[in-house]
Amino acid sequence: MSDLAIRVDNLGKQYRIGVQNDYYPTLRDALTQAVLYPYRVLRYGLPSQHETIWALRNISFEVKQGEVLGVIGRNGAGKSTLLKILSRVTEPSEGYAEIHGRVGSLLEVGTGFHPELTGRENIYLNGAILGMKRTEIQKKFDEIVEFSGIEKFIDTPVKRYSSGMYLRLAFAVAAHLEPQILVVDEVLAVGDAEFQRKCLGKMSDVASQGRTVLFVSHNMSAILRLTQETIVLEGGRMLMRAPSNQAVDFYLSSGLSQSGEKRWPKEEIPADSYPFRPIALRLRNPQGMVVETVRSTEPVEVEVEYELASAINGLRIGIYLMNTHGETIFTSFDTDDGEMYEKYSVRPAGHYVSRCIIPADLLNDGRYILGLNASVYRLKRYFHEPNVLNFTVDSTGAPGKQWFEVRQGFIRPRLSWQIEREAYAFEQG
Amino acid sequence: MSNTKALPAKLNSETIVLRPSRGWIPLNLHELWVFRELIYFLTWRDIKVRYKQTVLGAAWAILQPLINMVVLTFIFGNLAKLSTDNIPRPIFTFTALLPWGLFSKALADAGRSMLANRSMITKVYFPRLIIPLSSVLGGLVDFFIQFAILLGMMLYYRITPTSAVWSLPLFVVLSLATALGFGLWLSALNVLYRDVGYILPFLTQIWMLVTPVAYSAKVVPAEYQFLYALNPMVGVVEGFRWALLGARPPDALTLAVSTVITMIALISGMVYFRRMERTFADMV
Ligand SMILES: Nc1ncnc2c1ncn2[C@@H]1O[C@H](COP(=O)(O)OP(=O)(O)OP(=O)(O)O)[C@@H](O)[C@H]1O
Ligand SMILES: [Mg+2]
Repeated sequence: MSDLAIRVDNLGKQYRIGVQNDYYPTLRDALTQAVLYPYRVLRYGLPSQHETIWALRNISFEVKQGEVLGVIGRNGAGKSTLLKILSRVTEPSEGYAEIHGRVGSLLEVGTGFHPELTGRENIYLNGAILGMKRTEIQKKFDEIVEFSGIEKFIDTPVKRYSSGMYLRLAFAVAAHLEPQILVVDEVLAVGDAEFQRKCLGKMSDVASQGRTVLFVSHNMSAILRLTQETIVLEGGRMLMRAPSNQAVDFYLSSGLSQSGEKRWPKEEIPADSYPFRPIALRLRNPQGMVVETVRSTEPVEVEVEYELASAINGLRIGIYLMNTHGETIFTSFDTDDGEMYEKYSVRPAGHYVSRCIIPADLLNDGRYILGLNASVYRLKRYFHEPNVLNFTVDSTGAPGKQWFEVRQGFIRPRLSWQIEREAYAFEQG
Repeated sequence: MSNTKALPAKLNSETIVLRPSRGWIPLNLHELWVFRELIYFLTWRDIKVRYKQTVLGAAWAILQPLINMVVLTFIFGNLAKLSTDNIPRPIFTFTALLPWGLFSKALADAGRSMLANRSMITKVYFPRLIIPLSSVLGGLVDFFIQFAILLGMMLYYRITPTSAVWSLPLFVVLSLATALGFGLWLSALNVLYRDVGYILPFLTQIWMLVTPVAYSAKVVPAEYQFLYALNPMVGVVEGFRWALLGARPPDALTLAVSTVITMIALISGMVYFRRMERTFADMV
C-alpha cells in the first residue's frame, strides 16, 4: 500500500470539434446520408475523418495523499478537461489514471439546482448529486444552512434568490462534502469578494485536514495560499510542475497567461459598422508583451487597431471596463482630452491604432471585461461590443498583500498614508 | 503523514482506474444500487417540479386523460362505432388511457431526459442510466392519481374488478419496462441527433393508433394479430381491461410476444446506451 492518491500516466483527451458549436447533426440528415452513402463513396471516395483536437496530451503526474496541487494555465489550456477525466465525467482517449479513494468533484457550484425548488429541497437534491448519502445530508443540514447564511429564505424557491444568495447556498452544500479526494474547478471565478473569502477559508480548512485536493484557478493569490505545488498547462501539455511560487512566477512572467488579444475576422464585423472596421483589441504589459493576466502593480496598455474605409467627422473610439457582474467600472474615449478632440475632429481614411494606459495600482484582483465602442456623439454608433476581451488582474505584490484577505471594492489604489502620533490630542485626553 | 485525522480509516478501499474503454462495456447494473438514493431524489425532483410548475398542478394529471376519454368516446362511439365488448365506452377508454398515459409520458420524458439534464451530465459522475430511469419512474404519481379516478368510475358503473386484478402490477411493470427500453434508445439518439425531440410526439401519436386504446384488439383481423402483438402495449392495455373490467383475457401468445419484444428493447437499449455513455458528457 502506497500513500499515493492519484497517478496519471500519459493521459490524453481528444475532442471532435464542430460538435460544441451550434451545429448539431440531425437524425434526418443521418438517415439521408446513410441512404446516399454508397452513391457518395462511389462518386467522391471514402469520407474524411472528423476534425479533432487534443485538449490534453501526454500528461503524467502523481499526487500524494494529503497533498494540495494547483493547476494553472490560460483559457483552453485543458484544466477543466483534466478535472473532468479525473472525476469520471468524461473518459480519456489515451493513457490511464489511477485514483485511490472516493472522489468528490466540484466542477461548478449548484449542479442540478432547480429554480422551482426551495433552498431546503435543493440542499437535498444537490447533496445527493454530489454523492452524499441522505443521512449524511440530514446530519449536516443545519450546519449547511448556517454556513450559507440564508436561514430566512430556506423555504423560498431559489428562483427568488439573488445570484449571491444562490451561490452561497450552492457553495455551502459543496463545502460540506467529505470525499478523500476533492477536485475543484474555479468555483471562485464567480461571486463577490465576501463569498470568495469564505470559500477560500473553507477550502484551506479542507486542505489542512489532510485531504487531497486538486485546485484549478485563475486566481494566483488563491493558488499561492492554498497549494504547495502547481502544474502549468499550456495547449493541452504540461509545461512544468514546481513549488507554487515558482510555477506562478513562471506563468505570469512568461507571457503565457493567455492571448490578451481579440481579432475580428472579416465575417464577424457587422455590415452597418462601415466605414469603421475593427481589427484588434489588445492588452500589453510594460514589456510590450500581449498578456491576459496583468499585475495590478504594473500599468497596462490597451491598444485598439482599426481601419477607416472613408473619413469620419467627430469619430471617437472608446473602451468600457466591466467586472464580471456586468457593472461598468469606467468608460473612456480617445478624444476625451480637449486638444485631441480638436486635433482629430476629422479622421481621414486609413489604418489607425488608438492606445491608452490603465495606470498601475488602480484595479483590484479579479476578472475584467473590456468593451469597444466607435461612435460619433449623438449622431451614429458605428460599432459597439461590450464584451470583447476578458482578462485577469493579479494583485501579487500590491499593498496590503501581507494580509491574506480578499480586498473589497472595485479598485485597489495605492494610497499614501501618513501616521502621526499626536502628542497634543493625547495629553488633552 | 501526521495530520490525517479527517481521513476515514480504510484508505485505498476504493481504487478506480480510468482508461479508454473499448469494445463491449459491461452493464454494471449493481452501480444502480449504489446510487439508489440519487434515483430516488431525481424522481422526487421531477415529480415535485411538475406539481409546482403547472398552474393546474395535479389537476392536469386528472384532466388530461378525462378530456382524452371524452374526445375518444365521442369519436369512436358516435362516428366510428367500434366494439367495446359491451363495456360502457367511457370506462372502456379510460381504463386503457391509464397504462397508455403512463407509457407515453415515460417514453417522452425518458427520450428528452439526457438533454434536459445536460448540466448535471457534464459536471458530475454517476451512472447515466439513472437519468432516463428516474424520468420513467416520475410518471407513476400521475398514474396513481388517475387510478383513484378510475376506481370512482368503477363504483359509478358498478363494475367490480375481476380476480385477475393481481396481475395489474405486472402490466404496469411491463409498460414501464417498454417505455424504458425504447426511451433508452431515444435518449441516447437524442444526444447524437437533436431532431429526435421533434420526432417523439409524432412517434407516440402513431403508436397510440396501433394500440387498442379507443377500440378493442378484437377488431384487428386474425391474420394481423401476430404483427399487432409486436406492439407490447397491446398486451398491457388488454390486460388492464381484463383485470379490472372483466373484458376477454389477452391472448397468451400476444403476451408472450410482447414480453419478448420488451426484453429485447430493454437489453439492447441498455447495451446501446452504455456504449454511447462515454461520449455523452462531450456531446450534450
Ligand atoms: N465537449 C467538448 N467538445 C469539443 N472541444 C472541447 C470540449 N470541451 C473542451 N473542449 C476544448 O478543449 C480545450 C480545453 O478546454 P478546457 O475547458 O479544458 O480548458 P480550460 O483550461 O479549463 O480553460 P478555461 O480557463 O477557459 O476554463 C479547449 O480548446 C476547448 O475548446
Ligand atoms: Mg475551465
